[in-house]
Amino acid sequence: MAKFRERAEFDASTRSDYTMLPWRFTPLDDESYVATNMAGEYVTMSAGEVSDFAGGALRPDQPVYDELKSRHFLIDDDTQVAIDLLGLKIRTKLAPLANFTGLHIFVTTLRCEHSCPYCQVSRANDDKREFDMSEETALRSLDLAFRSPSPAIKIEFQGGESTLNMPIIRFIVAEALRRKETARRNLAFVIATNLAVLDDEILQFARQHDILISTSLDGPADLHNRNRPRPGKNSYEKAVEGIARARTALGHYNVGALMTTTAASLPQVRSIIDEYIRMDFGGIFLRPLSPYGFAIKTKSYASYDQKKWLEFFFEGLDYIIDLNLGGFEFIEHYSAMVLKKMLTPLQTSYVDLMSPAGIGIGAVVYNYDGVVYASDESRMLAEMGDTTFALGNVHDDDFADIFMGDALLEPLEQSFSASVPGCSWCAFEPWCGAEPVFHHATQGDFVGKKPLSSFCTRNIALFRGLISRMEANPEVRRIFERWANIV
Amino acid sequence: MVKDAETLALIPGGAAAAVLSEDFHHLGDGDVVRLEPAKAGIRTLFRKAVAYNHFLLTERCNNYCLMCSQPPRAVDDGWIVDEVLEVLRLMDRSATEIGFTGGEPTLLGARFIELVQAAGSHLPNTALHILSNGRSFATGTLARDLGAVRHPDLMLGIPVYADLAHVHDHVVQADGAFDETIRGILALKAQGVRVEIRVVLQEQTVPRLIPLARFLARNLLFVDHVALMGLELTGFARANLERIWIDPVDYQAELTEAVGILDRAGMKVSIYNSQHCILEPSLRRFSRRSISDWKQEYMPECEGCAAQGECGGFFSSAKFRYSRGISPILKAS
Repeated sequence: MAKFRERAEFDASTRSDYTMLPWRFTPLDDESYVATNMAGEYVTMSAGEVSDFAGGALRPDQPVYDELKSRHFLIDDDTQVAIDLLGLKIRTKLAPLANFTGLHIFVTTLRCEHSCPYCQVSRANDDKREFDMSEETALRSLDLAFRSPSPAIKIEFQGGESTLNMPIIRFIVAEALRRKETARRNLAFVIATNLAVLDDEILQFARQHDILISTSLDGPADLHNRNRPRPGKNSYEKAVEGIARARTALGHYNVGALMTTTAASLPQVRSIIDEYIRMDFGGIFLRPLSPYGFAIKTKSYASYDQKKWLEFFFEGLDYIIDLNLGGFEFIEHYSAMVLKKMLTPLQTSYVDLMSPAGIGIGAVVYNYDGVVYASDESRMLAEMGDTTFALGNVHDDDFADIFMGDALLEPLEQSFSASVPGCSWCAFEPWCGAEPVFHHATQGDFVGKKPLSSFCTRNIALFRGLISRMEANPEVRRIFERWANIV
Repeated sequence: MVKDAETLALIPGGAAAAVLSEDFHHLGDGDVVRLEPAKAGIRTLFRKAVAYNHFLLTERCNNYCLMCSQPPRAVDDGWIVDEVLEVLRLMDRSATEIGFTGGEPTLLGARFIELVQAAGSHLPNTALHILSNGRSFATGTLARDLGAVRHPDLMLGIPVYADLAHVHDHVVQADGAFDETIRGILALKAQGVRVEIRVVLQEQTVPRLIPLARFLARNLLFVDHVALMGLELTGFARANLERIWIDPVDYQAELTEAVGILDRAGMKVSIYNSQHCILEPSLRRFSRRSISDWKQEYMPECEGCAAQGECGGFFSSAKFRYSRGISPILKAS
């Protein structure tokens, strides 16, 4: 039997210098730093370790050396395959880009019988059909949707209250299904509705075509009704009853709900979460207000600052973590999307967290009047008089005009976070999004000054909050690993 | 071939036939044997009643693993290929699964491809599992050729022993093996060939087991199965027993965390060659009865255990050393 060689004989680390692969770092808290690589893997380090590593002086016997090597922050003479793997991971993160636009939002009408002061879109209170999408507009919008190379096309109906124009929803569904026969795409439909006008006929139609229902639920009855005024002051009762009916018709998991945080929500994050648990949802998306539409006009957006929002968010997150630690599985969806970027090689399709930005290529909006917007936020901005992100009109412009025109390509190119000031050196860049619409709306340019950006402040605090929680408790890390792979 | 004189009497005079002694009564219809009149011997090549028949294709190997159960020999054993090609033609088409093993089967190069081709051609409904160290696939050519065979149900079992190259290279006693193995896996998956990662749990691999699980979930999420395997104490494993041995009761924490990481990442993960009584209860659902029936047995401590039906049991070689944690699982009264 030949002699077996000892491990040290295979370890070239001690005999060779290491080469750093691209990495960035930033303070995590008073004691430690977080370092990331291009694929979004992270290692926490002490200031001394950061300094040693950056200075080429890290020794192989320092425990962090193996961690950095394992996660492809460095290579030495033992291995070169790290470069192949890092490249593969970056390609994997960027691969969904090739699918181009998968989510196609059809604004079927601006009419709505709710009058929420925080509404981020726009609405028409009257009964005028001039705010309804026509068949002609729907057909031309579908032409564009089916030009997208994406193998999966999701059509989401929004409003106003989308179901106030059911004839066009029925028309679009039938026409899309007809085109699917030859276009060979996976097709999915979502109706976003406040459920107040939902009747059995609509539910039967949804059931027949496997259409998902997405609705709003802001919290307990008091809060929900206060946030969402409608004639009869019974928005909550309508929503709860609608959720139950929709679940019966479509299946429990085919009904989703979203909340929006108003100033009135801030002191009661626990009861909002309890409401979602009581309604038997698997999770909640703790969602701040966005600076658009009525939210600006009615000063709802200005009613709380970033600091108050973050306190609200983390109080809620910690409550949810405690529930999970106690054995009750429940998810915070925004965290889950961020964790997917942190802990898996995969990417989330959530538009706000995409770079290149998700506008136009992650989702696109066909407005009732035929104007194509780069995102939901873009059309909200347009209703306020700023048409920067109006990409064209389905009646006048073709696919190339709309999806390859400067109105889309310029903000995409300018805001690409890997190359813009303030982002390119940020350790959190691999997890973050570009958000040119937000920065244009708040600062007047696609990039924005990051230190003044509340989008930055919020996400950076969130990234730190998630990392410190899972670094402090292995059980929290396990919970987070589960979340990262659910969404 | 017949088993008794009575049946022999029914055979027309002059027909080729042999009478086997009592020792061969385990043989049945559909089995394939080779008679070797010169040595007055008989070798069993395929048993229909066994769920998993495997064929050793060569004894040569470019790794020299500390715990190798089938130590390599630098011999010219090309004749084996011809024999396996013959057996594949004779085998019962209802066989569920067969295995190719070694040594390192890919060292046969074009003849290796020929064997996979023959298996797919003669046994289109039979799964083929191949044990390889994956290194030969690194350059991409052999992976391309293997993918081109388009075998209907093929899986390659390839060991990755650590997330750190030098730890893996030490276990397999070959410099640069880690990089070649990883590149080989990437090349195979790029060709659409299914890959199973195999990790043997031993003194050298357990300390990096958790980082390895993270590494697999992050870098090789697209592999088809991960098998975490207990030691089989034959060959070098027996010779190196003191060097490689770690009692499974002493690595349950690492195993639990590693299985959890892989499972939460949505990877298919199994524990092989382990006994139910020493596994953390939460891990038992991952444990498979992976030991071939002719090698599997139980220990005196197993007397009265209610879990023998689910338990993987022991390799017969475990008599040299097994966990101090073995104790019967008694039925809850």
